[in-house]
Amino acid sequence: MTDDNELLIDLEGVRKFFRAPDHSDRVVLEDVNFQLKQGEIVALLGKSGSGKSTLLRIIAGLIDANGGKVLYRGKSISGPVHGVSMVFQSFALFPWLTVQQNVELGLEALAVPAAEREERALEAIDVIGLGGFESAYPRELSGGMRQRVGFARALVMRPDVLLMDEPFSALDVLTAETLSADLLELWQERKIPTKGILFVSHNIEEAVAMSDRVLIFSSDPGRVKAEVPVPLAHPRDKDLPAFKAIVDQVYAIMTQRPLRPAGAEALSLGYRLPSATPHKIEGMIETLIEPQFDGKADLPALADELQLPDDALFHLLEAGALLGFIRVDEGDAILLPLGRTFAEAETTERKELFAEQLMSHISLASHIRHVLDERRDHRAPEGRFIQELEDFLSDDEAERVLEQVIAWGRYAEIFDYDYTSGVLSLPEEDEEERGDGEASSGEDAAAE
Amino acid sequence: MPRTIIPAAVSFGPALRPNVWDLAVLPLVLAILWVLAFGGAQMATPYNIGDPLSITLDPEALPYYLLRSFLRMAAGLLVSLVFTLVYATLAAKSRYAEKILIPVLDVLQSIPILGFLSITVTGFIALFPGNLLGVECASIFAIFTSQAWNMTFSFYASLRTVPHDLHEVADMFHLSVWQRFWQLELPFAAPGLIWNMMMSVSGGWFFVVASEAITVNGQTITLPGIGSYIAMAISERNLPAIGWAILTMLIGIIIYDQLFFRPLVAWADKFKFESLPGEEVPTSWLLDTLQRTRLLRVFSAVPVLLWEWSLPVFRKRFDGLAATDRLNFRLPWFDRVWTLFLLGIAAYAVYRIGEYVQAEVGLDEVLHVFVLGLATAVRVIVLIAIAALIWVPIGVWIGFRPKLAQAVQPIAQFMAAFPANLMFPVAVILILHFNASVEIWTSPLMILGTQWYILFNVISGAMSMPSDFRSVADNFGLKGWLRWKRLILPGIFPSFVTGAITASGGSWNASIVSEMVSWGDTTLMATGIGSYIADNTQKGDFPRIALGVAVMCCYVMLFNRQIWRRMYRLAEERLRID
Ligand SMILES: Nc1ncnc2c1ncn2[C@@H]1O[C@H](COP(=O)(O)OP(=O)(O)OP(=O)(O)O)[C@@H](O)[C@H]1O
Ligand SMILES: [Mg+2]
Repeated sequence: MTDDNELLIDLEGVRKFFRAPDHSDRVVLEDVNFQLKQGEIVALLGKSGSGKSTLLRIIAGLIDANGGKVLYRGKSISGPVHGVSMVFQSFALFPWLTVQQNVELGLEALAVPAAEREERALEAIDVIGLGGFESAYPRELSGGMRQRVGFARALVMRPDVLLMDEPFSALDVLTAETLSADLLELWQERKIPTKGILFVSHNIEEAVAMSDRVLIFSSDPGRVKAEVPVPLAHPRDKDLPAFKAIVDQVYAIMTQRPLRPAGAEALSLGYRLPSATPHKIEGMIETLIEPQFDGKADLPALADELQLPDDALFHLLEAGALLGFIRVDEGDAILLPLGRTFAEAETTERKELFAEQLMSHISLASHIRHVLDERRDHRAPEGRFIQELEDFLSDDEAERVLEQVIAWGRYAEIFDYDYTSGVLSLPEEDEEERGDGEASSGEDAAAE
Repeated sequence: MPRTIIPAAVSFGPALRPNVWDLAVLPLVLAILWVLAFGGAQMATPYNIGDPLSITLDPEALPYYLLRSFLRMAAGLLVSLVFTLVYATLAAKSRYAEKILIPVLDVLQSIPILGFLSITVTGFIALFPGNLLGVECASIFAIFTSQAWNMTFSFYASLRTVPHDLHEVADMFHLSVWQRFWQLELPFAAPGLIWNMMMSVSGGWFFVVASEAITVNGQTITLPGIGSYIAMAISERNLPAIGWAILTMLIGIIIYDQLFFRPLVAWADKFKFESLPGEEVPTSWLLDTLQRTRLLRVFSAVPVLLWEWSLPVFRKRFDGLAATDRLNFRLPWFDRVWTLFLLGIAAYAVYRIGEYVQAEVGLDEVLHVFVLGLATAVRVIVLIAIAALIWVPIGVWIGFRPKLAQAVQPIAQFMAAFPANLMFPVAVILILHFNASVEIWTSPLMILGTQWYILFNVISGAMSMPSDFRSVADNFGLKGWLRWKRLILPGIFPSFVTGAITASGGSWNASIVSEMVSWGDTTLMATGIGSYIADNTQKGDFPRIALGVAVMCCYVMLFNRQIWRRMYRLAEERLRID
């Protein structure tokens, strides 16, 4: 069948779970279907933790799927394939090798003769715009240049399929744009033999600007929720209405469901609380009542105003929604009455309001408070809660979530935390201490 | 690491023409090679037990003795390195091997080497009948056992902490096991390994000195070397000779440092995964000169050629589309069977040892030895506490003054390298002179050589304390004891623990030579497990040596587990400054 030949990557019903420490399985990917055709660039978007990287690693052959089919040109993948190469978010260069040695790494492994190795490496280095830096060490290079080495290392293998896991997100905006434009140019002028690109992104605009298709991942478990084609010619003008319309559409899909309204069923203890500091939440709500928005903001505009990358904005929106201050609808953030009260309140009232919402909607916060109330000395080590969370979440994630709830709880003054000992406790309740609250939290911040 | 020392141009022709740097270094290199060859040849001379080996106290013989001690040290280090690479790699790569290798290593590192010497030497002599090489091997073995374990642990730990994304890169770019080892794992582990090699050599001088005069069956074999020279000087009560030996040792340590470790550390700096801002880049005049030579650099092409040759041989021959890839037979029950099997063997061994000890010495003696161990344990604890009280404030004071610290740090490391047993005779003379208590005043000898580890670890801990941390404390007016409690002690605690672990382990070992010291025919003996082992070694009573060694081993393991590892974990979890 000619059709089969056209498919570079074909996933059918892919499933992946990780075994948690308590031997229960945590499903990360469920029934994922996806095809990468010849001549396509596909972008993968989704909430943090939705399993995008996991999917990429499965295609790369770095980890095995637990079920379903993973095919490269019709053949089943059980390990890294010669025709597939990858660019890593963290660059992942070997610091003790020079640029050229890093680029030659894969060729060397395949025992390509030294002369050919050098020729191909120098060519790749040149194409990617690193000429003259062959003998530099990675530590001498800027982030953008390091990622160029990452590209050269992948491209020198002349891959059919190029996988990229957030290749630009560790770079500043300008560098990221230049680098992605350079890559697009190589692709369009066929200077690289690559026939298909799949990349993960955190930035919606970047994804729409580069790809022919945007796939949107849902989380818990991860699966392809929606697909948005981008039928625009390159180079794409980001101010064009057609471009903006697609960006808006993607924003709308991404914020469709997961932002549950507060007051719906209580969150489970292991809910992945979004990363958003109380001050950021305050900032967002204050921005929303500004006259230009008047309680309702288009998400791209809000991201712009707050100067936040997309993923940070989503976290913030989710936090606002969980706490019942805002609601997200059709790509707009809408301030709820409670949010308006919050915005107009003084610091102490704000904290009280925040505490109330925290106690009634975030079960982890009320659980911690409950445990502290129960204990005779009103103190508990953080390890206790981390352990509890690890039943639901990976170790890192458990720590992150606890850190998050601690930040909120401290702000709301429903509990206190000693950084050096890692002990949670009830805040000092008497009035006098309350007056000192500001000063002491300032000291804590300094000590960190 | 062949891959990383590619000379700029390994082409022939003008590159081969010696330049002025070659002329400077070539004689040095040739001299080193000649000296090594000469010394090596001397190691394998005919010898039968009972033959007298004469040691002269003439200071002119000292350079020769130094060379012999040197070679033993080098051989020990080489064996340790090979052992480390093989053992740690196996442990890190195979779950099944790991289950035996790591606990075994834990036991091995707790065994007091000096007590073991007289047991191993018999085996080695049998291995090379009629040749001095057997005795040499026993000495080298003792040095090896003093060096290998910490290197192995460090390498194993490094292998386990290779960043995940670099492993993924190695997978993604099809590196075979062989390529991954040389390209990723070894370079990543190199800085830690080299640092531990330096520590090992530092601690090793002590054992070189202690292991050259070996007692077998009541007979003392003295291998030509600094250690034997000292032993001779002690039995002849020759104080000037001791002075000469100390001087020679000083020079020896400096040479080792300058010709070997400096260049190595400077070269290995590039393997540092991340460098802290403001950190000094290590330099070495020898490395600089070597890198400027032309002819000599061609030698570095040899590893490159070997590497090129190994590539096609040890490459991965299939990719993820082949059915052969990722053949995983993981049988869940096999894990359990394996664990049971190992436990069974361990239980059997314990049973046999118990039986042997019961038959040879009896239970009462075992209890007695445990009590002796307690006496030594008290000494170790008290001495570490005293050393901490002295060196922590001094170390912090120095560490907060970066200029001073730069100057003091090498001195402290040097003091740690200096074999403290050279100073024992002095202590004996003093004790005799003042008629002081043997039980108390021989004790400080245990920590004489190992206290420096506390000092230089505290210095580096204080140095690495973020300065903004200190300025915050200043802002809040933290003063006096509060400042120590809230800021300084938590800050240096992890480094202190690291130093104290080394110091404590070393002190246990040193007790074997320091609880029983002599000067001429006067022998001072303190009560403790160290003197018990030393005494029985002289008598050639193997079962009692074995008992002493085993009991001391138990104590050291108990110490490591119950005290040090706990403190270490505490330091890691609670007091780390991120
Ligand atoms: N090796 C592993 N063991 C256990 N859990 C894992 C492992 N790798 C990933 N996970 C979990 O799987 C989930 C998906 O992770 P993944 O890295 O694929 O998400 P992602 O979509 O790439 O997120 P991000 O946008 O933050 O990069 C996460 O909850 C993560 O904690
Ligand atoms: Mg990811």
